[in-house]
Amino acid sequence: MGIENTGKAWETPKTEPFIRIENVTKKFSDFIAVNNVSLDIYKGELFALLGGSGCGKTTLLRMLSGFESPTEGRVWIDGQDMTSVPPYERPVNMMFQSYALFPHMTVEQNVGYGLKHEKLTKAQRQDRVKQMLDLVQLSQFAGRKPHQLSGGQRQRVALARALAKQPKVLLLDEPLGALDKKLREHTQFEIMNIQEKTGITFVVVTHDQEEAMTLSTRIAVMDRGIIRQTGTPTEIYEFPKTKFVADFIGSINQFAGTVKSVTKDKAVVACADWAGEITVDRDASVAVGQNVSVAVRPEKISISKKAPAKTLNAIEGKVIDLGYFGKDSLYRVKLPSSALVRVNRVNDQRGRETERVAQWEDKVWLAFEPSAAILLKD
Amino acid sequence: MAGVAPQNSGPLPQELELPGGKTGFRNWLDRNAWRDIIIAVPYIWLILFFVAPFIIIIAMSLAQSVIAQPPFRFDETWPYVTFENFERLFSDYVYLRGYLTSLRNALIATALCLLLGYPMALGIARAKGVWRNILLLLVILPFWTSFLLRVYAWMGMMGSNSWFNRGLTSLINVFLPAASEINSVPMMNSNFAVILVVVYSYLPFMILPLFANLEKLDFTLNEAAMDLGSKPMTVFRDVTLPLSIPGIVAGCLLVFIPATGELVIPSLVGNAGDPMIGRVINDEFSLNRHWPMASAIAVALLMLLVVPIMLYNRMQERAAEGAK
Repeated sequence: MGIENTGKAWETPKTEPFIRIENVTKKFSDFIAVNNVSLDIYKGELFALLGGSGCGKTTLLRMLSGFESPTEGRVWIDGQDMTSVPPYERPVNMMFQSYALFPHMTVEQNVGYGLKHEKLTKAQRQDRVKQMLDLVQLSQFAGRKPHQLSGGQRQRVALARALAKQPKVLLLDEPLGALDKKLREHTQFEIMNIQEKTGITFVVVTHDQEEAMTLSTRIAVMDRGIIRQTGTPTEIYEFPKTKFVADFIGSINQFAGTVKSVTKDKAVVACADWAGEITVDRDASVAVGQNVSVAVRPEKISISKKAPAKTLNAIEGKVIDLGYFGKDSLYRVKLPSSALVRVNRVNDQRGRETERVAQWEDKVWLAFEPSAAILLKD
Repeated sequence: MAGVAPQNSGPLPQELELPGGKTGFRNWLDRNAWRDIIIAVPYIWLILFFVAPFIIIIAMSLAQSVIAQPPFRFDETWPYVTFENFERLFSDYVYLRGYLTSLRNALIATALCLLLGYPMALGIARAKGVWRNILLLLVILPFWTSFLLRVYAWMGMMGSNSWFNRGLTSLINVFLPAASEINSVPMMNSNFAVILVVVYSYLPFMILPLFANLEKLDFTLNEAAMDLGSKPMTVFRDVTLPLSIPGIVAGCLLVFIPATGELVIPSLVGNAGDPMIGRVINDEFSLNRHWPMASAIAVALLMLLVVPIMLYNRMQERAAEGAK
């Protein structure tokens, strides 16, 4: 939704980044939370910082909001050096993970709180509050206190409060973290809609890859204080650059091996796990003899009881586990080398248990196209 | 089966039907006996050692003083009781003045405790790890010595020959013209001394409830206010202060109520010519041996203090409601 909107500013070389994080390092005594991170975020993006706990994503966000100051490096927002500007003077607002609504104020007072510092008349202020409450569809709850609201409503108050000052950048710390599954999906689209309507640059911190994938225009995957890869959700999922990213996003099968030969557009990798050779689309920089990892997503492997016509990248194995999720099924297949392969298959035909592609203990053939595999260097 | 176990104690539906004539008492004994007994203990304690003595005091306040043993007597004719003690309470200026002195001293002391205690409590609540424990320990440390001993120490310090008084005297003399230099600061036996020692003694009772309240406050609320454009002082005014009102009320009442009825401190360092009400009660009771009058003063004092106590209770209820 947002992708069309932003016109892929990151691919246009002349575009000035709206947020520029320049060689930023943050140390807490001797723990390095953020390690020499540089990142450009463009105007109107919905950018996600994705990573596990302790990866430094929250610290990075807090440096954008001004609650932490970098040990080294600079932070620029809209061309201004923000490195040592206190939080109350930044054109940035944050939606906190816990929402941090003021319990002694009504919804209206919460949303209007930040406007007290703006040069607005009382009528303008009331107008803006009303507009914000309309935006998050909470007008009829204006007079309530936060403890009289449901979790989803509180989340929307927090969003309205952060948007009320019309910041240049909105920071969202795990925005969907405290919501149940049904509400998450709804809220997710609501956030995307609001981003689209307001045109404000959103930076989202999340540990939930699904949240990051669906919400954002681009994702930065973080690990131990470093950005491992930055790209669109598709780039991150289909073209991960490192084992860490491949493994962190979605699930993936990895087979270690050695490059045996390289042709113009293919590489052949000898794989002990696969008990043979795997042919993959080659990466520009692989050389014969190099140790690599062949990574294949579970949904890109075909599974059938009949031997496939083409024998390229095909192998026989035995189903040892079967997980039925309704819309799809997960098969865990043991290869002769005793390596386990996860295969996902969409249940696109309606049928009984006995009509499935394979059952427990069934011998099956697995196969995948050379283009489906990712070649990862160690 | 009426009045047996409430639903939440979790009997299964079939158990409710108690075949074989299990009586209500038997059922109570099996299910709720321990819970009810444990809840009852503090109530029994309060009835024995607060309600019962207070009823005796109320009764005594309606009796007449006699020179006998015990030194009071009820009328032998209807209505048996007399209100003359209460009439005297309102007509004799001594008592009214005692109340006023008490209220004034207690109010000033409470305000000073709040002014001193709030920053301390906030500092402790914001301190990290080990420091917080050390600072809390320092607040509680004075309790390890006898209260009386600490008041005597203050008497020594305020006396005109102490190092404290002499130091203060020479400090004041620096600012005074030579002609009007003073020999010592007249601190002892004054309301100033009472307030000073009350503040010193009761400060922990202000700090501890305030700390308990401030420590619970979610610091992200302060960050949120700052994020929305408030400078630190504004954040304090808009967020920390209003959210700490329950702590302020609790601390103020814990200081104000006992300070109003304080006996030991005004007796030891106070001005006998302008006594606080605790001392007036004591004098009536032990010097005048006018037990009914002493009782009447005590009953009136309690009525006076019931107002802030009720206020405190309402506050607590509201806080509990807000926390839900």
